[in-house]
Amino acid sequence: MKEFFLQFQDPNTQWVLFGTLLLGLSSGVLGSFALLRKQSLIGDAMAHAALPGVCIAFLLYGSKSLFWFIIGAAISGFISTWLIHIIVKKSRIKEDSAIGIVLSVFFGFGIVLLTYIQNESTGNKSGLDDFIFGQAASLVKSDVILISTISVVLLLLTTLFYKEFKIITFDPSFAKGIGLPVKWFDSILIIMIVLAVVIGLQTVGVILMAAMLITPAIAARYWTDRLSFMIILAGLIGAFSGGVGTLISTTTKGLPTGPLIIVAATSIFILSLIFGPKKGLLQAFIKHLKLRKKTALNQFLLSLYDLNEQSLHSKLFSEIEVFEKRKISKSLQQYVIKELSNKGLISVEDGQVSLTDKGLEAAYELVLNHRLYETYLMHELEFQEVMSHKEFSISLLTEKEKQKLYQLLELHGRKPVLVPNSLRAHKKKVFIHEL
Amino acid sequence: MAHPLSVENITVAYHKKPVLQEVSFSVPEGKLIGIIGPNGAGKSTLIKTILGLIPKASGSIEFFGDTYKKQIKRIGYVPQRGTVDWDFPTNALDVVTMGRYGHIGWMKRPKKEDIEIAKACLKKVGMLEYANRQISQLSGGQQQRVFLARALAQDADLYFMDEPFVGVDAATEKAIVTLLNELKERGKTVLVVHHDLQTVKEYFDWVLLLNMRVIAYGKTEEVFNLENLQKTYGGKLAFLEERPTLVKENRSV
Repeated sequence: MKEFFLQFQDPNTQWVLFGTLLLGLSSGVLGSFALLRKQSLIGDAMAHAALPGVCIAFLLYGSKSLFWFIIGAAISGFISTWLIHIIVKKSRIKEDSAIGIVLSVFFGFGIVLLTYIQNESTGNKSGLDDFIFGQAASLVKSDVILISTISVVLLLLTTLFYKEFKIITFDPSFAKGIGLPVKWFDSILIIMIVLAVVIGLQTVGVILMAAMLITPAIAARYWTDRLSFMIILAGLIGAFSGGVGTLISTTTKGLPTGPLIIVAATSIFILSLIFGPKKGLLQAFIKHLKLRKKTALNQFLLSLYDLNEQSLHSKLFSEIEVFEKRKISKSLQQYVIKELSNKGLISVEDGQVSLTDKGLEAAYELVLNHRLYETYLMHELEFQEVMSHKEFSISLLTEKEKQKLYQLLELHGRKPVLVPNSLRAHKKKVFIHEL
Repeated sequence: MAHPLSVENITVAYHKKPVLQEVSFSVPEGKLIGIIGPNGAGKSTLIKTILGLIPKASGSIEFFGDTYKKQIKRIGYVPQRGTVDWDFPTNALDVVTMGRYGHIGWMKRPKKEDIEIAKACLKKVGMLEYANRQISQLSGGQQQRVFLARALAQDADLYFMDEPFVGVDAATEKAIVTLLNELKERGKTVLVVHHDLQTVKEYFDWVLLLNMRVIAYGKTEEVFNLENLQKTYGGKLAFLEERPTLVKENRSV
């Protein structure tokens, strides 16, 4: 632990950390657009295709230089994107296969070049294989400055053209319709995504760079339904993962940075998948459970009311009889009985249940709403004016419409017969006269 | 005054196969115009070509006697609902605000008044309560109305709508028709790709019967007749033939 803090005070580590934070930020931000434009796999192809570019840049320049590596990577990244585009356009091959072909051919070629370079004895070739899995510790100050500059430019451009990028991503033909040069913005965005990919290559590596681009964005999507928040959140997740990965990697010998960053990002993704409030698994499960419970309670009351209504003499029914009308699972049955008697809506004696006064009131309300809705569905068109295309709710109807609906209810013989005493006495609602 | 839209001799071809042939027509101001034709007749293609979304092989198009680029702010477009990803992280109000983007200008953020306009447009289509709802949680009809509201927010004079009535509930259809008539009263011109023949007479002042070429174009009562429909639909139009005979039978009885 002490060693960790010592390392942290090392200016070089601080530089590297700063660089990877910015790198994570920009790849999270641009990854959001790549994800929403369904270009996640293209990002992967770009990253893999960058390897031959890096190797060729090394062969031409003669030694290691991040600047030329980025140029080489960007050029071969572009060629791969362009090839995918051409293959899809000119042949019957679909995009996924085209990506597969281009990715593997470029990457294979890159590996061949890398092996060739390593077998050659000339030149300083150390660190070239870091590009496969990434090694943040091998970044020097000038590299960090380059990476940070590009990141800042990318972030600035995204802020400036946020509105334009949003609309060309959501609805390109509409964007064109309002006079935006969509193709131009498309190209800028692609260039920016390529840049975000290539500046991360040395830190994250070609194999995992696509994950660096996409994982923060997917994780962020689970927390928000707003593009602006999603982008900011993705940036933060990217920066956090970048930072964590770099810290662990630089303080521990022999651990490549890329996989660590991706492990950090993926952990956040898994947490988001489970706990995210938007479509998170846990949230969905709890919602579903609540709904099941509520439906079970309502259905029990409905069934009990129906039984009461049919036999005006007896008010006691066996649990089995009630559950027979609307079947639910055993565990829910126990819950329903317990919950309803706790609320004082039913009274239970030796497996015989009856509605209490309070229970009758609640059940009456439920049944009335239920049957009014049924009636409404049968005559939906007649009420459309009033509803003005909203979801049905009795409160939206005017008095006149309500009366009409009650008359229809009576016409169909669906009027609830058992009116609770409290309603009779107080005439709480206008429509009670109608019934 | 120049027509809101005049189209002259447009030809469009995909891979040598012609899709539209020598289409010419000009649109009078303040009318609702239905573009009618069978599947594959090139209705959507026509609209997209007019808006420059598809390259044309020949022909010229003028908007208010001017080029598209100069009049772009006066032109509104409602694409088919299926063309966008409704899972996109955005809400209804935000989508409608996009209609203002053409007026806002590059790199600037929407102002308060733009948001107010967007809200007013949502209200007009009866969707104000759904302003903050994520767009995937809207029903098909509601999504269509959001698209319409966005077009309203553009505040254009000439509108193009690509099949706004497809897959919507009766209520939305009614809402769209009300809106179309309101636009017309305000002197706007609206071209609508439509394929429900039953409602053509009710909804549109003018019709363009299209099947790769213009079959007939003019006022609905003059042009929308069985003969022209037969020409447009070829033999594919069984039910319209049956109707008059049914009437005859009834008379004879």
